[in-house]
Amino acid sequence: MSAHRLMRAALGALLASAAPAMAQDMAITNARLVIGDGTPPIENGTVVVRGGKVVAAGAGVALPGDLKPIDAGGRWVTPGLVVAVTDLGLVDVEAVDDSNDSGAAKAPFSAGLDIAAAINPAAQPIAIARAGGVTRAAVAPLGTSGIFRGQGAVIDLGADPRAVVQPRAFQYVDLGEAGAAVAGGSRVAVLASLRNALAEARELALAPAGNRRDDVLLTRTDAAALIAVVTGRQPLYVRADRAADIRMALNLREEFPALKLTLVGATEGWMVAGEIAAAGVPVIATPLTDLPQSFERLGATQSNVGRMAAGGVRVALGAFFDQPRYAPQYAGNLVALNRVPGARGLSWDKAFAAISSGPAEILGMGERFGSLRAGRAGDVVVWDGDPLELTSGAVRVFIDGVEQPLENHQTRLRERYRSPAEGSLPKAYDW
Amino acid sequence: MRGFRAVLCGAALVLTAAAPGIARDKKEPGAAAKAATQFNKDPYPSTYRPYPGQPVLITGATIYDGKGGRIEGGALLLRDGKVAAVGASAAGFDVPGDALRIDGSGKFVTPGIIDIHSHLGDYPSPAVEAHSDGNEMTDPITPNVWAEHSVWPQDPGFSRALANGGVTALQILPGSGNLMGGRGVTLKNVPARTVQGMKFPGAPYSLKMACGENPKRVYGEKGRMPSTRMGNFAVNRETWIKAQEYRRKRDEGKLETRDLKMETLAGVLDGEILIQNHCYRADEMALVLDMAKEAGYKVTTFHHAVESYKIGDLLRANEVCSAIWADWWGFKMEAYDAIPENAGILHKAGACVVIHSDDENGIQRLNQEAAKAQGDARRMGIEIPDAEVIRWLTANPARAMGIDALTGSLEPGKMGDVVLWNGNPLSVYSRPEKVWVDGALLFDANDRKRRPVSDFELGQPGEGDVK
Repeated sequence: MSAHRLMRAALGALLASAAPAMAQDMAITNARLVIGDGTPPIENGTVVVRGGKVVAAGAGVALPGDLKPIDAGGRWVTPGLVVAVTDLGLVDVEAVDDSNDSGAAKAPFSAGLDIAAAINPAAQPIAIARAGGVTRAAVAPLGTSGIFRGQGAVIDLGADPRAVVQPRAFQYVDLGEAGAAVAGGSRVAVLASLRNALAEARELALAPAGNRRDDVLLTRTDAAALIAVVTGRQPLYVRADRAADIRMALNLREEFPALKLTLVGATEGWMVAGEIAAAGVPVIATPLTDLPQSFERLGATQSNVGRMAAGGVRVALGAFFDQPRYAPQYAGNLVALNRVPGARGLSWDKAFAAISSGPAEILGMGERFGSLRAGRAGDVVVWDGDPLELTSGAVRVFIDGVEQPLENHQTRLRERYRSPAEGSLPKAYDW
Repeated sequence: MRGFRAVLCGAALVLTAAAPGIARDKKEPGAAAKAATQFNKDPYPSTYRPYPGQPVLITGATIYDGKGGRIEGGALLLRDGKVAAVGASAAGFDVPGDALRIDGSGKFVTPGIIDIHSHLGDYPSPAVEAHSDGNEMTDPITPNVWAEHSVWPQDPGFSRALANGGVTALQILPGSGNLMGGRGVTLKNVPARTVQGMKFPGAPYSLKMACGENPKRVYGEKGRMPSTRMGNFAVNRETWIKAQEYRRKRDEGKLETRDLKMETLAGVLDGEILIQNHCYRADEMALVLDMAKEAGYKVTTFHHAVESYKIGDLLRANEVCSAIWADWWGFKMEAYDAIPENAGILHKAGACVVIHSDDENGIQRLNQEAAKAQGDARRMGIEIPDAEVIRWLTANPARAMGIDALTGSLEPGKMGDVVLWNGNPLSVYSRPEKVWVDGALLFDANDRKRRPVSDFELGQPGEGDVK
């Protein structure tokens, strides 16, 4: 075992030894309550959580006699935020390679890589996102040597060792420029790689224990991982931005009808919204891209999400690859677009859903979390203002009914340097 | 405007770099020395002229003047390209009959937003290799390169910064791969066929320097110095010693040839060229301040100064601004101690705060960055009024760029660089409705043709879209 892995194992043991916090039955009253399913906020709302799950939320919910209510004092109470497609748990510091597990370009595997194996629940980015009200995330993709970017994991951001909610929740593939770069330099090669890989997976599914033909390109591990994709048991997340690449993705189902597709990015999705909607394929869209940063994003506009939604596409926000805690700011910007002539945004209610129930549903987990409807996880956030507004912040965060610590490296530094001048001892003694 | 140009640019054309000290030597400098000292300091002069504008009277708006003032239901008059009057009402304003009258009820007015740290044009969209013109990473010391020579005026990013960010002036800096990356240039955010047509008349030049990880990584990987932080300092100090020697020879009339690197550094030592220093860590900033004292120059602003909050007292005492993001964090080792309360703690310490972007997306939302920093400050008990926060995007960057006598606040006589917002600019729900540069209306959300579309975008998907 390398020193690196030894350290990880030790860290894991440390986490495991901490007594797991118990889910707390609770009732939050007097809230400006957002259910998160696209319905408007409810004044004077109550949410009741038992055994880690929401049992009731709304106006006029009877307060169970055995629970001492937490009075929200009229503050906003929402479900925890869900951010799909992030590198949370894979990275401590992006530019410090040793700390960054988001790339495996030298590995002989691609589709077979299982991201869940690397998730570090104690990584600071998780603690910082949690303090921003993010409670669940989908983690992918990996940088790999092939077009397949590994099997993504759904995690919760609780301060406990059990981060992975669902491993191997989806497979991720890059079409477009990023895919072309690893497939051999052309989109033509991307499509050939994809077809070949899915064909090899089909063949392996027919004879799982048998010998494979001698001209296969995939390792057995990768081909085996793709069986779930080609049979539709595991969703395939397809990164595509250019309108033509999106069409290429949608057309894959002519050849592989069982594919369960989700589009990621979809910068030019507004140009093909009708086709995406007709195909019933959901989209995890990067929210505010409005520059032609590459030749596959020439049509970029902040109105992309609003136009797709208006065109009947099921769309959530994600894949922004900076800090997940920016999700509310991005959602708020889409609300702002409603007042810009010619632009198209989302209503406040739909914008909030696009960072809560929307991504949860696209992940296939809408019954488990993402809203405060009865039966969902007790992922609850209390805010000190409108959660989409810039000056607001999360003040209490619960995951599965367990109140979460909001302290992290940043908050500790803030307290130490509240006043920069040193006192009678150096700052190092102030902790 | 023309009068102003004659004073500020004309002066640069005529004056020579030679200081009066030449006379000490009692010898007339030879022809070679003349060529080395008496050169045109403005060889790529601004050709920018304000576009025609109609006088504008805005009434009933909330006005943030950029210098910490706030007027409810206030009035602003733009005339002849300038701010002509600001007040609680238009009573007493000399309003021309042809003035466009705008009811500003429910709307907000600020000075044009200023970004002190942009790479638009040098790293334009599309971000293809052929466009990568921001870092001359062939030598750690390149004060001879000028960012303006890389600016592609057709970068679509300029229009997004105008329409979504209300940005009216911005400083384009070379990247941070080098210790001394080259000269920065300040632009008016006005579309033009040439970079000269964008150059901010009268703005001083700057020199971009960089601390820390980037230069030592770039050159360490090439197997040359610097490969460590101490190497960074050694190369810088040796260079400053050469610059002092160059300047001494210049003043003695003993220079024989021109040296573009040394001309820039001598300009810094003369106080004509401002130092804009990329530096993340507090301990490194403190070392740079001592290096500046040792070499005899002043640091105007530390950029990306994520650890400024640890040394607010030192920065205040040295009158150095911190140009910062609201809450970028952790993307590299030297950003690991970034905190979202950086601006708030600095403000409380009485140090100068500037919100910057360094990003073609962030420049569209500088107002939002400032609001986030304000909220994070409030949560730790530091209340900063809205009007004070607006200063971080207007008067403070103007000061740090040496253009505060011209723009950055709404005072009579200043350039008519103004944004009319459709709500409080510190709210996520607000956007620019109209943007004027020198009194010319260059963006209007209500007029789809009053929006710049770069050459690159013509005939492409989304041409002229709202973006």
